[in-house]
Amino acid sequence: MTTESGTDSEAKQPQENKETEKGKAKAAASQQSQAAAEPSSPQNQPEQLPAAVGHSTPARKEQEQQEEDQESHRSSISRLSKSPLRGVKKVKIMQCKVSLLDGSDFTLDVEKRARGQVLFDKVCDHLNLLERDYFGITHKDVENQKNWLDPSKELKKQIRTGPWNFAFNVKFYPPDPSQLTEDITRYYLCLQLRDDVVSGRLPCSFATHTVLGSYAVQSELGDYDPEELGSDYISELRFAPNQTKELEEKVMELHKTYKGMTPAEAEIHFLENAKKLSMYGVDLHHAKLVGSLYESLAPALGEDSEGVEIMLGVCASGLLIYRDRLRINRFAWPKILKISYKRNNFYIKIRPGEFEQFESTIGFKLPNHRAAKRLWKVCVEHHTFFRLVSPEAPPKKFLSLGSKFRYSGRTQAQTRRASSQIIRPAPLFERSASKRYNMSLSLDGAPIMENHETLMKDTAADGAAKVIAKGDIITTVTTEKKAEEEKAEQEDTAMDEADTLEPTATTPLRHDTKDTEPPAEMVKHQTNISELKRSFLETGDSTPGLTEWEKRLSSSPAHSPRADEAPMIEPLELQDTKDEPPAGEDTKEEMEPKATEAAGYLVKYVADSIVTDGATSSGPHGISLSTTMDDDVFMDGTLREVEEKTPDSQDEVSERSALKVSPGAVRQEVSQAIIDKKGTLIILKEDRLDTEGSEMSILGEKEEPVVPGEPEAQEKDSLSSSIETETIKEDSAVVIEAQMTVVKTLSPKIDVKADDMTQNKGIDSPKKAMASWISEEVKIEASEVISVSAEEVKEVMKCDSLQQKAEFFTFEEVVQTEQSKSIFTQNSIPESSTTTIAVSTLGWVSSSQKAPADPEQKTVLATETEEGPAESTGPTLQSLENSEVGTKEMPVVHTETKTITYEAAEVDTNGDADPGVLLSAQTITSETTSTTTTTHITKTVKGGVSETRIEKRIVITGDAEIDHDQALAQAIKEAKEQHPDMSVTKVVVHKETEITPEEGEEED
Amino acid sequence: MAGLMAGFGHYTHAIVRGIPASLAGEALRSSQSEVDIAGARREHDAYVEVLRTRLQLEVVELPADESLPDCVFVEDAAVVCGDTALVTRPGAESRRREKEAMSGALKDLNLNIVEMTDENATLDGGDVLFTGREFFVGLSKRTNQRGAEILADAFKDYAVSTVPVQQGLHLKSFCSMGGPGLIVIGSSEPAQKALKIMQQMSDHRYDKLTVPDDLAANCIYMNLPDKGHVLLHCTAEEFPESTKVFEKLKDYTLIPVSNMEKVKVDGALTCCSLLINKKGNN
Repeated sequence: MTTESGTDSEAKQPQENKETEKGKAKAAASQQSQAAAEPSSPQNQPEQLPAAVGHSTPARKEQEQQEEDQESHRSSISRLSKSPLRGVKKVKIMQCKVSLLDGSDFTLDVEKRARGQVLFDKVCDHLNLLERDYFGITHKDVENQKNWLDPSKELKKQIRTGPWNFAFNVKFYPPDPSQLTEDITRYYLCLQLRDDVVSGRLPCSFATHTVLGSYAVQSELGDYDPEELGSDYISELRFAPNQTKELEEKVMELHKTYKGMTPAEAEIHFLENAKKLSMYGVDLHHAKLVGSLYESLAPALGEDSEGVEIMLGVCASGLLIYRDRLRINRFAWPKILKISYKRNNFYIKIRPGEFEQFESTIGFKLPNHRAAKRLWKVCVEHHTFFRLVSPEAPPKKFLSLGSKFRYSGRTQAQTRRASSQIIRPAPLFERSASKRYNMSLSLDGAPIMENHETLMKDTAADGAAKVIAKGDIITTVTTEKKAEEEKAEQEDTAMDEADTLEPTATTPLRHDTKDTEPPAEMVKHQTNISELKRSFLETGDSTPGLTEWEKRLSSSPAHSPRADEAPMIEPLELQDTKDEPPAGEDTKEEMEPKATEAAGYLVKYVADSIVTDGATSSGPHGISLSTTMDDDVFMDGTLREVEEKTPDSQDEVSERSALKVSPGAVRQEVSQAIIDKKGTLIILKEDRLDTEGSEMSILGEKEEPVVPGEPEAQEKDSLSSSIETETIKEDSAVVIEAQMTVVKTLSPKIDVKADDMTQNKGIDSPKKAMASWISEEVKIEASEVISVSAEEVKEVMKCDSLQQKAEFFTFEEVVQTEQSKSIFTQNSIPESSTTTIAVSTLGWVSSSQKAPADPEQKTVLATETEEGPAESTGPTLQSLENSEVGTKEMPVVHTETKTITYEAAEVDTNGDADPGVLLSAQTITSETTSTTTTTHITKTVKGGVSETRIEKRIVITGDAEIDHDQALAQAIKEAKEQHPDMSVTKVVVHKETEITPEEGEEED
Repeated sequence: MAGLMAGFGHYTHAIVRGIPASLAGEALRSSQSEVDIAGARREHDAYVEVLRTRLQLEVVELPADESLPDCVFVEDAAVVCGDTALVTRPGAESRRREKEAMSGALKDLNLNIVEMTDENATLDGGDVLFTGREFFVGLSKRTNQRGAEILADAFKDYAVSTVPVQQGLHLKSFCSMGGPGLIVIGSSEPAQKALKIMQQMSDHRYDKLTVPDDLAANCIYMNLPDKGHVLLHCTAEEFPESTKVFEKLKDYTLIPVSNMEKVKVDGALTCCSLLINKKGNN
């Protein structure tokens, strides 16, 4: 391997040199010397740490495996990397040094282009660790700040300068370590905590130091044995930042009492104590307060909190705010509606309290932009890991501005489920004398893997487990969501019943369809839910929600506790009970409440949209479950603000007027719309809500195997629905004015749609949402985008003001989704059922998603039928033109331009031979920070056959950090996902690259 | 050694202090009222007797000091948790010397003494609510941020959250612990507001027991061998409605303790003793 990398590096020398030069420029003084040494001896490049090579223990097998990895990696990209520029490149190997938790270093080689995951997996394999999701790899940046490696990103993009040195660390501290499946996992967690304690990150009292220290000693050295250990053994170990003789004596005293305790037991005791420490698993970030926050920060009376130095602590339960050592506030995740960052600032939007009317946004000033982003990322990750059932998908490119970063690993719920399937026998591992705490030099700190055979076997088992887990994730994710949905639906019913508007008409109808429409799916949910329940029950055996106190009260024999005590003793966190799981005190219960609690969200949510949609904005606010952290999801507060503040653009004005018509008028308009083609737009506007919602949070459910089973039911539906159409439309029109409640009461489909809507939570116009979003986050970037798009994309509408642009964008976006749906419906009826699938896969929850699609479909169907039934037979045709341009923003840049066209054989014959009758043409543009997507949709009728062409232009601007292949693949994937019934017929890649290659710019 | 947070309410010792005659005239008070010094002493004797005889605690009784009119309220002079005692720097200038006798007594009990030496720091023990899992420190007329910080440094295992005290003397003027995970709270708006803040700041879940009178919310909970849950609370004479609430507690040994006189100088039940658990500590 060494030689191979050596030759590689020689081949790569010029490139390397450039990089190192760049690195040099940026490197801190300490790193400079090393960087400078590299160009002179290129062979050394991959071996920055020659001394460490001998140290590295990877077996030969591992190296082979690594080669395979490279092979597969290469082949996977080769398809797309035919460009001459790429062809030149050879695989570069980088040597990585990873500091392990026991203080030893693990040296390994990885391909330079490898993603973080590769490195992480190799380290975990080396450590024989299966429960990996709690861990991560850190890298120190130039400012000596630890950054978590993003497993989904290439290493080289995450390491700007300096040697490839990393550390393996615990990323998510499990609130209840006893729930970890394997002792080996706990062992590593212990090592991390010992380091946390010794370094002072985890402060504890003298008494706790002695307790933790004594268990650490027992775990590492075994029973107290003066003959073997000597009398001074204890001072060779480190327990505290300031270790005293007294502490050592106390530790020894305790150690003596543990005779017979196994290392694993000692570690459990260690963790049981450590987890109770208030700073356990709290990731601290320096910040300053922005603005005066008397209400939310409880400062001393009259104190101006502006500019006060604080610490933000991210942990499993939320965000903690410290001033010095004092906790001055805490925001549990459910309390946080949104987090964002901009330049140096980090913002959290807080759900209004019981007596408050509006959300408040609290700003914190971080030392710099990177720190703000780092904090934001850590928050996103912690929130996802600890609060969500499954990770969110990164926002769709064409819809999102700002960072696309999302936590992509498993959540705690998923990892627990996955690790419950670990089947290997407890691995043998040696608790290496931990170098880090050991002051003597006598011990070899290298981790000892018991035998490699076990290791290999385990790795295999690991793989298997992973597969299972993955399958598991997909199903469970959906079920769990569905479970929530169902709960929400039930709640809806309750709501409806309470609602006086039109309760009677609706309920029967809903029940009707509930029974008839989704039976197959339902059954599946049922089973999955019961599976889920089982798995939850396995973990949680005690009665959830019942505190020790309640138990004691209810156990009182003389009494029926409910009647008497209930009014008197109340759980303190009444409002929070739904939102918050017991933080880890009663961890056994944790799983169970979480499930129900998640359901609670939606429930609340729905209620909310009813309340908040009304004129008043008071009352408790809903929670955005999976989208809480989403940059692009807007809560009603934001919307309201925007409504008030943003000057209306043309679009918006007309939109508003449409919204403000009385129900009757709307109905008129809608029926008009059915006849009048133009009307479609209006309808679309109305339906937009849910589409928008579904678009916004696309989950990884696209592979859901259930979906294909659906078409027939759907088909029938759409056939029979034409009669209903009118009604539905009327009502959906009313929705906007008369609120969700009305919608919900309409029909089961719309009812579900309401669920969908909850995502947007009373957003009455996504346009406004977008506007606010843009005004909040993107102003700076947007200007760039405009210029690029003006240059590169002819169809882009030019806007004179940023705000307008934003609004325009949203508007069009909405139309686009609608439009594409209507297009689908045109094609044929069976096609249309597929469309439903498309929609459902796009949607947040697949089961219910279908429903929201329905009304729209019907709408469109009705419209289309008037025009001519012939349309329904046409073949789908789509040409997707994908132009990907990497441009530099600089005014004078030498660029290399390249155009590659991939074309499907059948395409152009239809497309261009007969232009047909143009039915409609539409151009939609959307932008993200680095991407401008222009979608051009043309509908034509040729001899009774309708044809829809969607051309997408995606202009990706950015520094060299863009992985063009990946971007293209992503674009194609997205296109396919959006229009699964269409085919990609043409891909044109137009690439403009700056001649001087530059790598490793700011990520996203 | 007991682990963290084990045995909330377990106490073996109590430190109390006599009532100086100067209390009647010189002790600090928020409202003008005549204190019957004999009555106050009777009350206090009864209180100490409950601790000593009924609850079998080892009572360390410090002599009254005439130059320290408020010295009977020993709670303010120190905060003890586990085997660490933080000797405070009371907010009232006139009380600063109370710590001398207190330090001595705590040292005699072999506690690790942490002194609050920072001259910018003030802290009254009455502002410190220890729930067994964390501390809440009221920021009041008597306690400031710096004092709370020093407390946080002294008890590093625990989260220390600050709570503004907008009414009343101390945080514990309207709340106290009534059991593990049970906060007894007064019904006044400031009390409820403070509770809200505590609730928001905490990672833990608590139950609350709301009593009609803020002052009645100050009670003393203990968990004693052979006796189980013990609660010293106000008498029906003083707060009939609140007493009714306490009387509904099941499996409790309820001990009403009169506090008619000391309350006139803002002394609540918890103020008059400093409870210490020496078992399990070395």
